[in-house]
Amino acid sequence: MHEMSITQGVVEICESTAAGRRVLSVVLEIGELSNVIPEAVEFCFEACTKDSGLEGARLTIERIPGRGLCRECAEEFAVKAYYGSCPSCGGYHVDIISGEELRVKELEVE
Amino acid sequence: MCTTCGCGPAEHHHHDHDHGHDHKHEHDHSHHDDHTHEHDHGNEHRHHHKVDTTAKSITVETDILAKNNRLAAGNRTLFTSKGVFVLNLVSSPGSGKTTILERTLRDLNGTFAFAVIEGDQQTDNDAMRIAATGVPVKQVNTGAGCHLDAHMVCHAVENFDMDNLDILLIENVGNLVCPASFDLGENHKVVVLSVTEGEDKPLKYPSMFHNADVMLLNKVDLLPHIDFDAEKCKAFARRVNPDILIFDVSSKTGEGMNAWYEWLGAGARKSR
Ligand SMILES: Nc1nc2c(ncn2[C@@H]2O[C@H](COP(=O)(O)OP(=O)(O)OP(=O)(O)O)[C@@H](O)[C@H]2O)c(=O)[nH]1
Ligand SMILES: [Mg+2]
Ligand SMILES: [Zn+2]
Ligand SMILES: [Zn+2]
Ligand SMILES: [Zn+2]
Ligand SMILES: [Zn+2]
Repeated sequence: MHEMSITQGVVEICESTAAGRRVLSVVLEIGELSNVIPEAVEFCFEACTKDSGLEGARLTIERIPGRGLCRECAEEFAVKAYYGSCPSCGGYHVDIISGEELRVKELEVE
Repeated sequence: MCTTCGCGPAEHHHHDHDHGHDHKHEHDHSHHDDHTHEHDHGNEHRHHHKVDTTAKSITVETDILAKNNRLAAGNRTLFTSKGVFVLNLVSSPGSGKTTILERTLRDLNGTFAFAVIEGDQQTDNDAMRIAATGVPVKQVNTGAGCHLDAHMVCHAVENFDMDNLDILLIENVGNLVCPASFDLGENHKVVVLSVTEGEDKPLKYPSMFHNADVMLLNKVDLLPHIDFDAEKCKAFARRVNPDILIFDVSSKTGEGMNAWYEWLGAGARKSR
């Protein structure tokens, strides 16, 4: 499961940022088009943080909705999936401008 | 050679994704400079530090894939400096990646110097098939991991003579989901789809088709025997990725392979 390596990445980033201090809470930003399932990250988080400086830390996941920009007519609109067409001109040349994020936003340390 | 990851060539493999097992953190209660710790909570050894007035918020804003991306950028720099053309082949299990590689290597070996990295969760069956063509191959077993990452590739290429290589072909783990998110440092992702899989695969797994530059529609020798609307499938792929280049091939009969070879050869000559 891919969320396992993602969550492992979260732990690494938090540990290096915390530099030995205990991490009390973590806020992640996960885009709706990122292929990462938040519930699966929550599940992995517990396993991945066991015996680490993050054990027991509170996890908050913020979703970032998908937004697209049409190359043909420059319309900006909400995107639920990659194959969505432009609501204004019907074209499929859409650049994704948000929703692919996978970030550690902030954390709280002791 | 693996300069970006910091671990030496012989260092063996604490890959992040099999996490948990090789994850040694001394539990030192991390009581650092800013507060002294008295064990005044009786026998119960708990560290919850009631009213923690020292709690501090830190803005991080770091991409979780940043480490993989950094290692991939390191791979890409190496490949560019050595003039090697690198492809990352992705597909669902059984679409014919290894068969395509075998045929390509048999037909083009001699014209170009190849090497192959085989990613599978277990077994070295695919590496044995490649080795039979006489091309250098390195099997990477990901265990529980469902994709190759840049770090694995960074070490796998230590097995090849990069100075005398034209084309590196990487067969990723059969999986249409996560290999899309993990850059390996390749020039292009090539997605293989076989005609036995159903024409709506590009819509069901859009990220993979969105991120690939080339699609090989494989097993076209079976088209007369099955209900598969190839044009519809290609239209779906172009909907997800209007710029995708599509080759119809059969790695069994060799049909359509020449167009693929021409594209491959052009890429290799450009990378030199
Ligand atoms: N009819 C037909 N069969 C093919 C073709 N290409 C591959 N096959 C068959 O499809 C099956 C799977 O092929 P592989 O090359 O092992 O597929 P793969 O994508 O490497 O599979 P994994 O590595 O397990 O994900 C084998 O039985 C092949 O003989 C083709 O063009 N036509
Ligand atoms: Mg294979
Ligand atoms: Zn994976
Ligand atoms: Zn438009
Ligand atoms: Zn390394
Ligand atoms: Zn390694």
